[in-house]
Amino acid sequence: MAELKARTACEDALPVTVGAAQLEELDLGPVTSVMVWGQEAEVSAAMEAAHGMAFPKPNRSSSKDAGRCVWFGRNQAILIGVAPDATLGNHAAVVDQSDAWCAVSLSGSASEDILARLVPVDLRRGQFKRGHTARTQVGHMMASVTRTGSDSFMILVFRSMAITLIHELEQAMQAVASRST
Amino acid sequence: MRLDCPICGNRDRREFYYQGDAVMLARPAVDAGAVAWDRYLHLRGNPAGQTRDLWQHEAGCGAWLVVTRDTVTHAVSAVELASDVKGAMA
Amino acid sequence: MRIKGKGLIDRANTVTFSFDGRSYDGFAGDTVASALLANDVTLMGRSFKYHRPRGVLTAGSEEPNALVTVGTGAASEPNVRATMQEVYEGLRVRSQNAWPSLDFDVMAVNNLVSPFLGAGFYYKTFMWPRKFWERVYEPVIRRAAGLGGLSGAHNPDSYERAFAFCDVLVIGAGPAGLMAALTAARGGADVILADEDALMGGRLNAETYQIDGKPGHVWAAEAVAELAGMDNVRLMSRTTVTGAYDQGTFGALERVGQHHGDRSAGAPVECFWRIVARHSILTAGALERPIAFQNNDRPGIMTAGAVRAYLNRWGVSPGKALTIFANNDDAHRTARDLADAGVRIAAVIDSRTDADIEGDFPVYRGAQVFNTGGGKELESISIRTISGVEKIQTDCLAMSGGWNPTVHLTCHMNGRPTWRPDIQAFVPTEGAIPGMVVAGACNGTFSTHGCLAEGAQVAGKVLEVLGKKVPDVALPQAEDAPYRMAPLWAVAGKGRAWLDFQNDVSVKDVAQAAVENFRSVEHMKRYTTQGMATDQGKNSNVGALAVLADATGRGIPETGTTTFRPPYSPVTIAAMGAGAQGKGFAPQRFTTSHNASVEAGAPMIEAGLWYRPSYFPKAGEKTWRQSCDREVGYVRKAVGICDVSTLGKIDIQGPDAAALLDFVYTNMFSTLKVGRVRYGLMLREDGTVMDDGTCARLGDQHFVMTTTTAAAGAVMKHLEFVAQCLHPEWRVAMTSVTEQWAQFAVAGPKSRELLNGVLDAPIDNDSWPFMACGDMSVLGVKGRLFRISFSGEHAYEIAVPARYGESLFRELVARAQGLGGGAYGMEALNVLRVEKGFITHAEIHGRTTAFDVGMAGMISAKKDCIGKVMAARPGLVAGDRERLVGMKPVGAVKMLSAGAHIFEKDAQAVRENDQGYVTSVCFSPEVGTYVGLGFVKNGPERYGEVMRVVDHLRDLEVEVEICPPVFFDPEGGLARG
Repeated sequence: MAELKARTACEDALPVTVGAAQLEELDLGPVTSVMVWGQEAEVSAAMEAAHGMAFPKPNRSSSKDAGRCVWFGRNQAILIGVAPDATLGNHAAVVDQSDAWCAVSLSGSASEDILARLVPVDLRRGQFKRGHTARTQVGHMMASVTRTGSDSFMILVFRSMAITLIHELEQAMQAVASRST
Repeated sequence: MRLDCPICGNRDRREFYYQGDAVMLARPAVDAGAVAWDRYLHLRGNPAGQTRDLWQHEAGCGAWLVVTRDTVTHAVSAVELASDVKGAMA
Repeated sequence: MRIKGKGLIDRANTVTFSFDGRSYDGFAGDTVASALLANDVTLMGRSFKYHRPRGVLTAGSEEPNALVTVGTGAASEPNVRATMQEVYEGLRVRSQNAWPSLDFDVMAVNNLVSPFLGAGFYYKTFMWPRKFWERVYEPVIRRAAGLGGLSGAHNPDSYERAFAFCDVLVIGAGPAGLMAALTAARGGADVILADEDALMGGRLNAETYQIDGKPGHVWAAEAVAELAGMDNVRLMSRTTVTGAYDQGTFGALERVGQHHGDRSAGAPVECFWRIVARHSILTAGALERPIAFQNNDRPGIMTAGAVRAYLNRWGVSPGKALTIFANNDDAHRTARDLADAGVRIAAVIDSRTDADIEGDFPVYRGAQVFNTGGGKELESISIRTISGVEKIQTDCLAMSGGWNPTVHLTCHMNGRPTWRPDIQAFVPTEGAIPGMVVAGACNGTFSTHGCLAEGAQVAGKVLEVLGKKVPDVALPQAEDAPYRMAPLWAVAGKGRAWLDFQNDVSVKDVAQAAVENFRSVEHMKRYTTQGMATDQGKNSNVGALAVLADATGRGIPETGTTTFRPPYSPVTIAAMGAGAQGKGFAPQRFTTSHNASVEAGAPMIEAGLWYRPSYFPKAGEKTWRQSCDREVGYVRKAVGICDVSTLGKIDIQGPDAAALLDFVYTNMFSTLKVGRVRYGLMLREDGTVMDDGTCARLGDQHFVMTTTTAAAGAVMKHLEFVAQCLHPEWRVAMTSVTEQWAQFAVAGPKSRELLNGVLDAPIDNDSWPFMACGDMSVLGVKGRLFRISFSGEHAYEIAVPARYGESLFRELVARAQGLGGGAYGMEALNVLRVEKGFITHAEIHGRTTAFDVGMAGMISAKKDCIGKVMAARPGLVAGDRERLVGMKPVGAVKMLSAGAHIFEKDAQAVRENDQGYVTSVCFSPEVGTYVGLGFVKNGPERYGEVMRVVDHLRDLEVEVEICPPVFFDPEGGLARG
């Protein structure tokens, strides 16, 4: 019997390193959209109880053990790395998005400058701290950008746009690297 | 141009989609008659001054917004969630 | 010539560059202009209209004359200002707008016939005969007039765009800007300091006076060094802030690579910045204005401040025997600095009788320069004094008509500057740009002390608004000389006295405009083209205004200014479009089967942002039609596989999910059973069809809606609009799941046979009837199965998480091939749906209603829905509306084309007789001929009528029979079987 083979969004295209920046694909494990249609407090309580994380405030994310919860839009968050508890569905639409998003990590001292070429949001360390997140654009693509460390970001775009994301980031990486020489 | 999204904060115009007059929130009843429906769908002012428009923070949180702004000075005086504005209309 | 011991250039670092093929030496720190002047080259360009020889006029970005082309071939850049281009080893510069050479330009003949080429000559001369304009006049004018040319080749260089944010943007790094930046930064604000020069310091680098007992440029360098060491400061040199926009947004052009010529991979030439600042401080300085007199444009005549800059910053004297002509004290510095440097001053001419200047040179008070002599370079000037007329030998004249504050940015949001009679200049009007304050010379404060004090003061104000403590900043000691001047715009006399050097506009032209009643400044500008060149009148606006005011008997403030718009200085299109070149233009969306399709040789076509296979060619097939017909055969006779992942899929959940669907679809969805799919039609509120698709009910409160590929985004937006703006009380959540699922159509009589080979639990017609849906498992992977058909055949769509998409596609295609089928592309998909009369956006194109497409019955009478009221308007459901029909050729011509129009058989094919149009056509293997869908007036009532299809574009005329739009299995039994 044949077996279906899984393929990641950026397979064969990453990682790349240019100058002081590395771009690599992230394996996030399960990714679940939790979109509230009822009481956010109820959903938050259920998340707290099951996963140890409250429903995140806008522009914020939190993590607990292997799990991470990232605010993802109006009434919406994504739960990363853990399987969603069934109780979340009592007041929210719980939708599997594990394959919907291409997730990459951009790290290195040049990452802030690189994203400044593509993202129209103030991502400077003093303003956009670790755990801060934004729904915004990377180039023309709708994206989720989260600061995961002092020099690292997690970037999500539609899976089908993975090649464009890599292209845009690589171009910005080269442009920034060319200035430091 | 920048708008203060009530959810996301101050953002560049490129993240937003412009729809048109906020009159779209006041959908007439089925039996409101041709004049009311015509006004709702087709009749728009073109003021030199304050307008209320519907925008969507498409590349951000996805919220529909009611933006009050001045077409002469371009000053934005209010950005509200459309759901709040509609809720207050009920 | 170079002056020993002067200048901020690096004399240890010689660079060699070329100008018009000749090699010259300069030093690091030189501009092309300063290096050419150092080499005694004064002729640098030809004027736009008359091709008059021109030299450099200024030392900054306002330069109107010395425009050059840098680089060669595709990478060459025209209209670069020689005053801004830094020299580097190997730089190649060419003059422009001259033929065959700068030195001998045949077009200079224009200068001889200039009496006929005055203001408005285009309008007056080339009016008739009318047809001459395109073929004769325009080409001739275009060749004769103009600036540098484009290479015509694709620009290979990289450009970038970037975003920056700050509390305070300081625009201009002269004394006021440096002081403002220091104050704001020491107070803890996030500061961006932008300056268009490579070397920050502004006039401090061009003057000799002291600050705190040290040379001004040293103080500037120390201030810049302090700022560079602060974390909250970003210094942006070579960056021109080009525009002020709404809500604190500024555009700025950074010259990233022009000063070193490095074009290696990814290195940008320019970067266009969008800077978002809570506050801005404009310290852009001032621009010196020329004086208009006859032949004031000869190479060797430049502004007094520029001469000083060339001397003090670049160690260059632009001449050997200099003269100065001014109406103000400031220009006297030029004389003093030159004299101190040992350059011979032939004369200082001041128009004021009380001018206060003494020196080791002849001074003429109350005198004016009224003409100049020489050919391609200045040889003499003629002056008129109280005692008579005199001629003075000179090779460089430094002139100054006073200074104009650089108010431009304050006018970008509709602000108008304010006239200040005491300095005879416009200054910014307070509050013209929200959040912007102005300081220093651009505010009309010209002394160094005044600039420093104002810079510190406005920065303090900004800090207070930001809620930050104002630091104790000691004000450095600096000169505080008063700015004394008396207006002098144009010297009376014959001949042409130039105002706008770049567009060849003279005092006479402006006066002529007034005579012809173009008295409004905006009319005068357009009639004479004054201020319309690339310098946007920076050197000529106020002068021209004064001349116009004089000619019309008004004051300058009453005459008013023209509107300053962005950009402040020219921005290349490439920089503005940075990021959108090539692949950056739009994201590319690839399906999971993309690689497999490309491997199979399928030409990929764009469908919105998506790429989809057109057809899958087989060896021996010579045309796409052969491939397409074969693929249609797969589905009609065996089984075909097609990637349909691009269709929009929206997960809809919540207690009010069904209510939402009832409201956005014309038909009822609350009655749909769990595990079933229904076709739905969606209207816009104006009653026009918006989209169609299927919607599956996976649970009591759980639906998955399918949209067309084209409308996926629009439908999602529409649903959110309904949920947030019309019914925020509904408890419903929408999530796009388009990207989560790879979905493939498995269509054809053998589709179930194929599926039962891969499904972990087999299906039959009872467990999975037509329009059934649900979860399933395929080769061990959980997914979803929908029994829906877009071909009229027994068909399914199978969905798995995207990571398995490629693998499943390859498996399905291999198995289909084993059953006599295979993959099919967009062409075959289109044939299959046209044969079945299924509509796409070719039919629901934004002007058709449910009535028009034969679906009026789908508008439920039992409920309200978006578009229902408007769809019932009499004009949309009655009269002779064009309605959906099918058509088949019945005459000799068997071809059909989409876009063709339909006429009655014997009617003339003209608009008045138009009966409808063709929307979709295909060759139907089933019917054996082309078939088409289209719209015909009262269509369904005309089945059987023979009509004429005429395509004027493709020169095609076909007799067709109008028929129902379903050509295949009209009863629909196959899909159910």
